[in-house]
Amino acid sequence: MIELKQLTKNYGKGTHMTTALSGLNLSVEKGEIFGVIGHSGAGKSTLIRCINLLERPTSGEVWVGGVDLTSLSTKSLQAERRKIGMIFQHFNLLSSATVYDNIAFPLRLIHTSKSDIEQKVNELLALVGLEEHSDKYPAQLSGGQKQRVGIARALASEPEVLLCDEATSALDPQTTDSILKLLLDINKRFELTIVLITHEMHVIQRICDRVAVIHAGGIVEHGAVTDVFLKPKHPVTRDFIRGELDNSEIIREAMNVSSPISSRVMKVTFLGSKTYESILSKIVRETGVDFAILQGTISTIKDTPYGQLIVRFEGNPDDIVITKDRLIQQGLEVEVMG
Amino acid sequence: MGGLDFSLIDWKEIATAILDTLKMLGASAIFTFILGLPLGIILYLASRSSSRRVNSVYVVLSFVVNILRSVPFIILIVAMIPITREIVGVSFGVLGTIPPLVVGAAPFFARLVETSLSEVDRGVIEAAEGMGASTQQIILRVLLPEARPGLFAAMTITIITLVSYTAMSGQVGGGGLGDLAIRYGYFRYEKEVMIIAVVLIVILVQFLQMAGDRLVRHFTRK
Repeated sequence: MIELKQLTKNYGKGTHMTTALSGLNLSVEKGEIFGVIGHSGAGKSTLIRCINLLERPTSGEVWVGGVDLTSLSTKSLQAERRKIGMIFQHFNLLSSATVYDNIAFPLRLIHTSKSDIEQKVNELLALVGLEEHSDKYPAQLSGGQKQRVGIARALASEPEVLLCDEATSALDPQTTDSILKLLLDINKRFELTIVLITHEMHVIQRICDRVAVIHAGGIVEHGAVTDVFLKPKHPVTRDFIRGELDNSEIIREAMNVSSPISSRVMKVTFLGSKTYESILSKIVRETGVDFAILQGTISTIKDTPYGQLIVRFEGNPDDIVITKDRLIQQGLEVEVMG
Repeated sequence: MGGLDFSLIDWKEIATAILDTLKMLGASAIFTFILGLPLGIILYLASRSSSRRVNSVYVVLSFVVNILRSVPFIILIVAMIPITREIVGVSFGVLGTIPPLVVGAAPFFARLVETSLSEVDRGVIEAAEGMGASTQQIILRVLLPEARPGLFAAMTITIITLVSYTAMSGQVGGGGLGDLAIRYGYFRYEKEVMIIAVVLIVILVQFLQMAGDRLVRHFTRK
């Protein structure tokens, strides 16, 4: 659906030149929710703004729905942009227009008839749950309500792609949650492809199918959220996940506990329905190894349950090895940490 | 202040002066807005363009606007006499004051328009661009409505500036309250007429300011 090829964006010239993106490649499939995570200044904002050419790349191609946007005339670009909705961190609503008129805005741009506008806007108001606020001005709404107007407006022209530029960063946790739910809902309902950028891992964890980690103008790691989240490879990725699953401290402490018999600390990762099975207890009963759970998380990544336990196994060294092998046989991921 | 005698005042003359002031004000304001608004929009757009050529247009336009704004109005009236004659046929009377009034006020108004437009949230313009709006649509559907309170404030300031300009137009026999005040008060030492003319001008300015503030408040949504 979206293909970014060798995207480079420089600002300024000569010695004042800074590079925001350097030869970045990215592809997003139709109907998926794709997250881009990065620290501020990593280039994620430039990246998402290049997708609808609000920012024109210095070089490279931007393909959306089979069209190279960088090759288009102003007029055809304007037409293609109608197939790409966008929502913003600061909502960017017209302060002089009511909720109704804000949502009708993209339809009026293409001279839609009054009755069609009314029907469409009322549908959208119902979708985002703002029927009663139709005549209010943005200044009278809460942040969450403003973002709902932003979403309704972005959907008015029935786009194929929705770009979310830090759409929940200005919102409190509960409101963030309800907006993410709404995004998930419209993604399923309209098979809408969503690209979102954020600096918050929990946003990715909650609704994204795939994720790319951006650092210093390039993608350093990408893949299914479950893979990237549970087995981060790049230090920047680990950095983002540390907040969610921090175990370095605990492991260090666990290592210091002297145990009379031999022990090993392992990270055991469950994914999918296995998360809820009694695999661990069955195996230790057979191998006669004891264990202590040092740290653990059981949660979900989008719809996929996962568990990650830091476990210290105690017992006969051979039995510990057998335990580890059995766990792997059962389809769990095991990493020996110490 | 002994010796003030209001009984000898020719009220008919004052009524004519009021009417003349309103005529000059109305006509010059309309033309100032008609010329100044597009000029302000062009200044705004040209200043933000990424094209070098358009930027140089801005530099030239901006220079011309600054020159016109720095010429004292009284000199502008005199300097413009031949041009005024070309445009309206006469260089005196109510009609003869309108071209210099417009040329004096339109660049001023254009600058105020440019400032109001540049206060419109960049993000909103970008959102409209992202929705496929053309430049014309952005001007008509985003910039002007969003800047509306600022534009009304600019109009108020401009029209009040025009009031003080019309007072100087007596130099070309323009008539009006300012002319009356100078003719009677300065040349004939008839303070009474001058006082009444000044009071009327103050009332007019107060009224215009209040009406303008009201419009601004009505359209402010923030």
